[in-house]
Amino acid sequence: MLQHRKDGTIPARAGVGLKPSHCREIVASKPDIGFFEVHAENYMGGGGPPHRYLTSIREHYPLSLHGVGLSIGADRPLDRGHLARIRLLIDRYQPGLFSEHLAWSTHDAGFLNDLLPVPYTAETLQRVSDHIDQVQEVLGRQMLLENPSTYLAFAESTYVETDFIAEVAKRTGCGLLLDVNNVFVASTNQQWDPFAYIDSYPLAHVQEIHLAGFTREEDEKARPLLIDTHNRPVDRPVWELYAYAIGRLGPVPTLIEWDADVPSWRELHAEAERAEAIMLAVGQQEMRHAAAG
Amino acid sequence: MPRLADRQREFGSALLDPARPLPWGLVGPDGEPSLRRFSVYRNNVVVGLIDALKDAFPAVHRIVGDEFFKGLAHAYVVQEPPASPILLDYGAGFPSFIGKFEPAAVLPYLPDVARIERAWMEAYHAPEAASLDLAGLTALAPDDFIDIGFSLHPSLRIVRSPFPALTIWRMNTGDDEPALVDLASGGEDALIVRPAAEVEVRRMPPGGAEFVEQLAAEASVGEALRAAARCDEEFDLAANLAGLFEAGALTGWRLKAQMTDGKAA
Repeated sequence: MLQHRKDGTIPARAGVGLKPSHCREIVASKPDIGFFEVHAENYMGGGGPPHRYLTSIREHYPLSLHGVGLSIGADRPLDRGHLARIRLLIDRYQPGLFSEHLAWSTHDAGFLNDLLPVPYTAETLQRVSDHIDQVQEVLGRQMLLENPSTYLAFAESTYVETDFIAEVAKRTGCGLLLDVNNVFVASTNQQWDPFAYIDSYPLAHVQEIHLAGFTREEDEKARPLLIDTHNRPVDRPVWELYAYAIGRLGPVPTLIEWDADVPSWRELHAEAERAEAIMLAVGQQEMRHAAAG
Repeated sequence: MPRLADRQREFGSALLDPARPLPWGLVGPDGEPSLRRFSVYRNNVVVGLIDALKDAFPAVHRIVGDEFFKGLAHAYVVQEPPASPILLDYGAGFPSFIGKFEPAAVLPYLPDVARIERAWMEAYHAPEAASLDLAGLTALAPDDFIDIGFSLHPSLRIVRSPFPALTIWRMNTGDDEPALVDLASGGEDALIVRPAAEVEVRRMPPGGAEFVEQLAAEASVGEALRAAARCDEEFDLAANLAGLFEAGALTGWRLKAQMTDGKAA
């Protein structure tokens, strides 16, 4: 059943990234789904169909707002104009969650349209924490920080990624968005153990999970190199890692991201239902354990 | 150890310029430098922006083909990367860039087709406004009509072309089959506007583009009429005004002397 929450709180269910090609069908058929998520930057036009559809969809579903351009990991100051635009979107659509990335994208040459990695040093820790403080102050709310998918490491890094993220959360009070696909992609690329990554992640701060598909490639030494492409179904090992994370966390709002080669609504919705089935199965297992104990 | 600022300056510059060497200390799991891994970021930035342009300029893409478009877009991306994270704003300079791109010079109408696509995208994302109904003008004395000015819909764009750019755009949009177009058949001016949910693209009658551009510059109907008639002696005021009302292109009117906006002026 449709469980619309007027306050916009994101339920511990599965949702999907809202794609323009699905909007008409969603508005017409009102599918049973936990929530939708949109990229903030795609709604920074003055009006038009994107806002018309989002307004209509927001009337029936909780919404999560996901930024991709704030460049929190940049050394340079945050773009105050951009932060103000995010604030406007939050005021207008009242999303249950707002999240951004541990990444940077701003440069003298212009906006580098990717989520670029940061070295894990004391200097970066300070800069990222200052920026998150500023974001939370301007927005007047807590933000979630997402762990990155990375393809290389910085020789100067002095923190392991999970310690770095834990320290940011501790210093700023931000919440965390655990991207399980990014954990698997980064762990494969960096030759970490993805399950140990989950174990050492500051799980108490996690308020949302992301799942997506990746592409398999190799580097020049024939080592596996996974690319975070969001263009296919969630891969089998990512589902396994997700079940493991849910076992540790309990049910958490879980988003399917599928941003390129977007499938039919039906196929995308089925991915969300699969995530929900895993949450349900893990929950029932725990209930049985509790009953047996 | 590089400072974060230096690190990011160098990283970003090397991303956009493949001739630059791999920056120091970007390594694989064995601690050794890996160009292949850095190239993932290079590729993500360039391919992501080329794809954004492909989405925003589908008719240009269809006219020149995928391979040519990638070359064209790549050259643009490197020369004019986006100034902001709002990618729906990206590509404003693309039509002019096409006009200066030597290999595209054999398609002289291509920049104007790109201008129509850019105008379409701007109209799509423009702020909302209620269109003016003809009935809203009934209170106006006929003698005053020539002295009023109109406010135009915020989504309205005009693209003037010495080529049949609108015909070419249309036949490369959606499912239409391209056919031969006589480039010497004369210029076409296009009106692009989104009064409600759908972007509408119409061909302007003779002098119509000049008339609307005058109105946009806050000329009165009389002033705009004179300019349009100078531009094209076939200019028909009644037909043009009717067309603008029908397109939902007008949002308000004012007596020029009063300069107060809205129907109740």
